[in-house]
Amino acid sequence: MSRVYPDNNGRFGSFGGKFVPETLMYALEELEKSLTEAWEDTTFVEEYKHTLAEYAGRPTPLTYAERLTQKLGGAKIYLKREDLLHTGAHKLNNAVGQALLAKRMGKSKIVAETGAGQHGVATATVCARLGLECKVFMGEEDMRRQELNVFRMELLGAEVVPAVSGSKTLKDATNEAIRYWVANVEDTFYLIGSVVGPHPYPKMVRDFQRIIGDETKEQLQDKEGTLPDAAAACVGGGSNAIGMFYPFLEDNVELFGAEAAGKGISTKKHAATITKGTKGVIHGSLTYLIQDENGQIIEPYSISAGLDYPGIGPEHAYLAESGRVAYEGVTDKEALEALSLLTRAEGILPAIESAHALHLAFKKAKEMKEGQTIVICLSGRGDKDVNSIKEEWKRSLNHD
Amino acid sequence: MTRLSVNEAAKKADYPLFIPFIMAGDPDPSTTIELALRMEEAGAHIVELGIPYSDPLADGPVLQRSAKRALQQGMSLTRAMELVPDMRRRGLTIPVIIFTYYNPVLQMGAKTFLDKVKENEADGVLIPDLPYEESQDLTVTAKENGLANISLVAPTSSTRIEKIANKAEGFLYCVSSLGVTGTRESFSEEAYTFIKNVNSSSKVPVAVGFGISKPEHVENLQGVCNGVIVGSAIMKKVEERLSELSQEGKMKQNALEEIKSFVSSLISS
Repeated sequence: MSRVYPDNNGRFGSFGGKFVPETLMYALEELEKSLTEAWEDTTFVEEYKHTLAEYAGRPTPLTYAERLTQKLGGAKIYLKREDLLHTGAHKLNNAVGQALLAKRMGKSKIVAETGAGQHGVATATVCARLGLECKVFMGEEDMRRQELNVFRMELLGAEVVPAVSGSKTLKDATNEAIRYWVANVEDTFYLIGSVVGPHPYPKMVRDFQRIIGDETKEQLQDKEGTLPDAAAACVGGGSNAIGMFYPFLEDNVELFGAEAAGKGISTKKHAATITKGTKGVIHGSLTYLIQDENGQIIEPYSISAGLDYPGIGPEHAYLAESGRVAYEGVTDKEALEALSLLTRAEGILPAIESAHALHLAFKKAKEMKEGQTIVICLSGRGDKDVNSIKEEWKRSLNHD
Repeated sequence: MTRLSVNEAAKKADYPLFIPFIMAGDPDPSTTIELALRMEEAGAHIVELGIPYSDPLADGPVLQRSAKRALQQGMSLTRAMELVPDMRRRGLTIPVIIFTYYNPVLQMGAKTFLDKVKENEADGVLIPDLPYEESQDLTVTAKENGLANISLVAPTSSTRIEKIANKAEGFLYCVSSLGVTGTRESFSEEAYTFIKNVNSSSKVPVAVGFGISKPEHVENLQGVCNGVIVGSAIMKKVEERLSELSQEGKMKQNALEEIKSFVSSLISS
């Protein structure tokens, strides 16, 4: 398949593009130009790589999950340990890249959106490191649910602004961040957290996250002398997944994306954008979207705050349509079971987001032959989720 | 009498070419019809009929709240367009522009959308999140159907102004300053320079929107552009009179008259 995308209009097949108010068009053109220049500048590329190595802790290990492999039978399971990256999730790869770009462009103010707070924390972290002013929009409801992350961001010197419109979650925080950017576009850089938004954001974030897949390829080559047979990752907006998948797109590697099926895709409480969504425009990009018949966006649901986004990165929409990546829904319950399994078998507590990928990968691993390998992007650590896991545990005990 | 096209109405108007925005369905469909009629009586030349949307990226708090109320009433793109024939029957003659975000249009299909605009006796469309690069096909199809797709320029448009102005139909919507819709106290010197610059590049009349809420705003723009677009200031009045507007009778008529005289005061300034 051809990887010459996005095209000049920012399209991945029919997906992507720039559906934004005119006020932002010039800023997007400027961003695109600066991004191209930056990647051609060895100083910039070196600084990005140096920061990831010396500050963020790259490369992250590729851990062989031996006990788990024996327990499940089937393919050998490898975990790409983004949970060991500074701040505890893959989000920092992208935040470092974009913040360095902002600095190179002479923008001293950063605005970002955050759902659970992981991207907000990553952004606040890199802003502290680079001396940039940082404002993070977060849904009022999410601020309540993720109080500790709010405090973490404040400790790092960021200002957390509650988004009080709509359902007061990630979708609305993103709306507010974009509205703020529209008003302050001349001196402010919008540091988006996933492979979503108008062109060139999906491409930019992908290129800052592909290091996950690039390293995985090299590390598995060292360990097994071959490519993996399959790779799996969870998909909300889809940045860790695209980071893992992109370097394997032209290889003979099966790719699996796990989206949040919440209480089940036959219910209304899910965030299974590809399985249940239809084509639409959200946050400047044409993609699959959970919406009603009049084109009004519906608030999604997942136990994991990082996956409950009503859209999905346009490149994923394209990879789903072309059949290159298989996307499947994973329920809250399945994710929690996978989380528990990994924690007990390997002593690794994954983020609930990553646990969705674990469930799907475990299922596939069991169907695969012994001697085959599957890599899973363990996108983040689960410390942030301990409270909600505890709540869920209590609830299910009461129901039993 | 045949209805004027957006092009004709915009060209014919003396300063200020006055274009109010009203949100369909806020607080209810029948009030929307009444409001449209009052706008024409007050002297408006064109009216923008806003379609409420769940995620209005270009709008400030006033229009966000207005859209939310309208959506709670069950308003949709289809239903909003169906209000226009009622307005016509009640005597509305000025051109109507359907103002909608792109996603509802995409769900309906652009061709079906334009057919319905025409069928429902509206005259133009304005899609704030469909910039120049993404709107070329729609602009052409609209024009073939005698409809105007209204283009926007913003203070950051810089080198884009010329190509956008060249393709503009009806009038050119000039965004006064950075930011979302809603009232601003005053406009900077830079804003006037920008608007003058747009005015000299444009072959069609230039109307300035975003933040116009007071007679002195309209006064100060005389000689700088051809007209103004007022949305949030009007819907704010609606919001202040919600309880009166939501019931029938004298109280409602008074509220409508009050909104009309506010609009008149802007036009006659």
